[in-house]
Amino acid sequence: MTHLSRLLAPGRRGFLAGLAVSAGTLALPRGALAQDTPKQGGTLRYAVNDGSQNETLDPAGWATVATGVAFNGALCNNLVELMPDGSVAGDLAESWTADDGAARWTFVLRKGVTFHDGRPFTAEDARQSMLHHMGEGSTSGALAIVDQIADVAVQGEDLVFTLKAGNADFPALLTDYHLSIFPARDGGGIDWQSGIGTGAFKLESFEPGIAISLVRNPAYHKPGLPHFDAVEIINIPDSTARLNALLTGEVDVIEDVDIRNIAMVEGNPDLKVVRTPSLRHLTFDMNCSVAPYDNPAVRKALKLAIDRDDIVQKVFLGEAEVGNDTPVARIMPLFAETPPQYAYDPEAARAILAEAGLDGVTVDLSVAESAFPGAVEAAVLFKEHAAKAGITVNVVNEADDGYWDNVWLKKPFNASDWYGRVTLDWLFATSYTSDSPWNNTGFSNARFDELHKAARTELDPAKRAALYAEMQQILHDDGGVITVAFVSWRLAMSSAIGHGVMGGVLPGDNHRAAERWWRLDA
Amino acid sequence: MSFSSRPILSMVLSRLGLGLLSLVIVSLVIFSAVALLPGSYASAILGQNATAEAVAAMEEQLGLNDPWFLRFLRWLGAAATGDMGMSFAGRPVMDVIGPRLVNTVVLAAITAAIAVPLSIALGIVCARYRGRFIDKFLSTTTLASISIPEFFVAYIVMMLLAVKLQLFPSMAGIRASMDWGDQLYRMVLPILTLLLVILAHMVRNTRAAILSVMASPYIEMARLKGEPESRVVMRQALPNAIGPIASVVALNLAYLISGVVVIEVVFVYPGIGQAMIDSVRNRDVPVIQACALIFAAAYIGFNLIADVISIVSNPRLLHPR
Repeated sequence: MTHLSRLLAPGRRGFLAGLAVSAGTLALPRGALAQDTPKQGGTLRYAVNDGSQNETLDPAGWATVATGVAFNGALCNNLVELMPDGSVAGDLAESWTADDGAARWTFVLRKGVTFHDGRPFTAEDARQSMLHHMGEGSTSGALAIVDQIADVAVQGEDLVFTLKAGNADFPALLTDYHLSIFPARDGGGIDWQSGIGTGAFKLESFEPGIAISLVRNPAYHKPGLPHFDAVEIINIPDSTARLNALLTGEVDVIEDVDIRNIAMVEGNPDLKVVRTPSLRHLTFDMNCSVAPYDNPAVRKALKLAIDRDDIVQKVFLGEAEVGNDTPVARIMPLFAETPPQYAYDPEAARAILAEAGLDGVTVDLSVAESAFPGAVEAAVLFKEHAAKAGITVNVVNEADDGYWDNVWLKKPFNASDWYGRVTLDWLFATSYTSDSPWNNTGFSNARFDELHKAARTELDPAKRAALYAEMQQILHDDGGVITVAFVSWRLAMSSAIGHGVMGGVLPGDNHRAAERWWRLDA
Repeated sequence: MSFSSRPILSMVLSRLGLGLLSLVIVSLVIFSAVALLPGSYASAILGQNATAEAVAAMEEQLGLNDPWFLRFLRWLGAAATGDMGMSFAGRPVMDVIGPRLVNTVVLAAITAAIAVPLSIALGIVCARYRGRFIDKFLSTTTLASISIPEFFVAYIVMMLLAVKLQLFPSMAGIRASMDWGDQLYRMVLPILTLLLVILAHMVRNTRAAILSVMASPYIEMARLKGEPESRVVMRQALPNAIGPIASVVALNLAYLISGVVVIEVVFVYPGIGQAMIDSVRNRDVPVIQACALIFAAAYIGFNLIADVISIVSNPRLLHPR
């Protein structure tokens, strides 16, 4: 396990190599070589853990992995597709151009695409699918994205977005899973109720919180796809029941296998565990505007007083990667190394505090199991680590229920679970610029804000990379975030399921498992 | 019987009235408890997309900005006319829980149809052969199965019959699209588990009820008259033990409707218990309220029936004093 995670660690190229090795060794003896040649046919039964009876076909209300994998990834397409390597490619849009300082975007749409009932896909369908999330009183999960759009218009056969301000990342934002394309209704709006999309699979049945069944769309616009004849997304909230379903062959894939069961799954020749590095990160956040965390020396000392490797080994059993005190995952296209890697050094921490005229510090760290799985254990280990540096960490065990309402964003030092954002611009705008709504670290840095603004409209890739690299270094040196670990998506699956390198931005191969995977025994 | 039907009618009516009052109180308690919980439907459903703006817009649309007792009165008014309202996700509450309620009732009905006659028969056998091997054997096994938590019984059943012997599917995830035979086949393991859980309780209570009657002087009289022991148990003791037996059966039937959530989770059975948990997690108040009403009504209804049965079986209770 450790061996594997170390392979996954050193950047994206290392990760690809690591995955190739793991796919080979884990799938042996059956079909390791056959992985390369997808087969047609068979059914994929995919068990999710977060299904809800409140699920709806309305894209504005999608919130679960079930709706993501079934509706966003199998039933529908977006204008753009999030590729496994995190890049953005055309899907229902073929190409796009930006002008006016990235404030006006023209999307050329794909011709000859039809919806499941045979009607052709047009620019008006795309326009209405965007308008669905916009406007007064919208409760869409994509509100933060569509808020940037001033106008969306059909021009000939193209779709033209006019933004309120320039944003070089705009195509990447359109990968958001809510922004799936549904057919337009006469007189405005979209028809999501009939469950008709352009995707690789047609909807057969939908029982919210129980199961979603889909069948192959023979007229799909991507040649050669999909491979499966049918797909079932099944909701199994209980982790033991989910594992049992996999062991007894009731399902082919399960989400979020418990780390304590991984050895058992890997010991079974018919099963395999696939780990995909994700954007999700677990943090201890210090509020930089509250004493004692307003003192940079205290922040630095705390970052040096935590033994990240120890926590990864003991709490996550090696199933996580250490961070370097930025919220940026290695799989993000503009990730930059932020040297030096913080490592456990109680003597250095003590020296920094002494230099700042402090003789030891006492801090209260608010945690709960619902903050992130393992938060309490991680905090207790941190308390032991920090004691050696003369820092007293009082672990405050907060109530599980209501943690996100009463503790997070409120207590000055708390544990947090972040799912990440698809672009750095959005990630920083959510939680790290001085005016961000979820600024859990109370971070306010004029240079950081300035860079954020400049990078947003910078279209030159090299210059953008430089701007974002400087921002990541600022967060590393001066920010209030202690990144405890980055976690991977852990899928346990039958060895009979074939797949390529998986995307890690969204669960289930960026939601597109249904069209990307295949059965080796079909 | 014409003179005795009126006291039963008035008893039933007064019990129904009290039952309705209990329902109102139960729903008030649950409504206020949910209102006290931190978080709201909007923040639960929007998750990491819950910007202040989106939460405010959703709460405004759902009418969550009004004080909770106002919302309760509004809900109560609608519920009184049989309108369970809309779930916060925008579907009628009855559409959300209807199919799950049917699943729960089917599971409960099949289990009860097997468990009730079987447990009463076993209880009678135990009482008839008190102290003999069969009594000791049944008493010990029922005591054991009553002492093991239900999820553990479920896992043992699953390990033996699904994982080792592979006779039945481990997952009872029935769908509307499956035919009857298939649904029934998938329900075998949960039914078996529930049988093990409730049989014990009912067998022991049946045995105890009959044995306590067997201690009465008139049983001694019957024996002295030379009646065979089986006839004494069936004709003399059993009719007078029906009251207590009916009560324990009622309790177990109500449990089958409202208390099987653990079994539902283990076997992934789409019943109403999971609907309740799901709605509490999402703070979906209309669904929580409807589930609570169904659970409370099941308890009140079954207990009422048990009371009627014990009164009819024992006319002395009709004429108190």
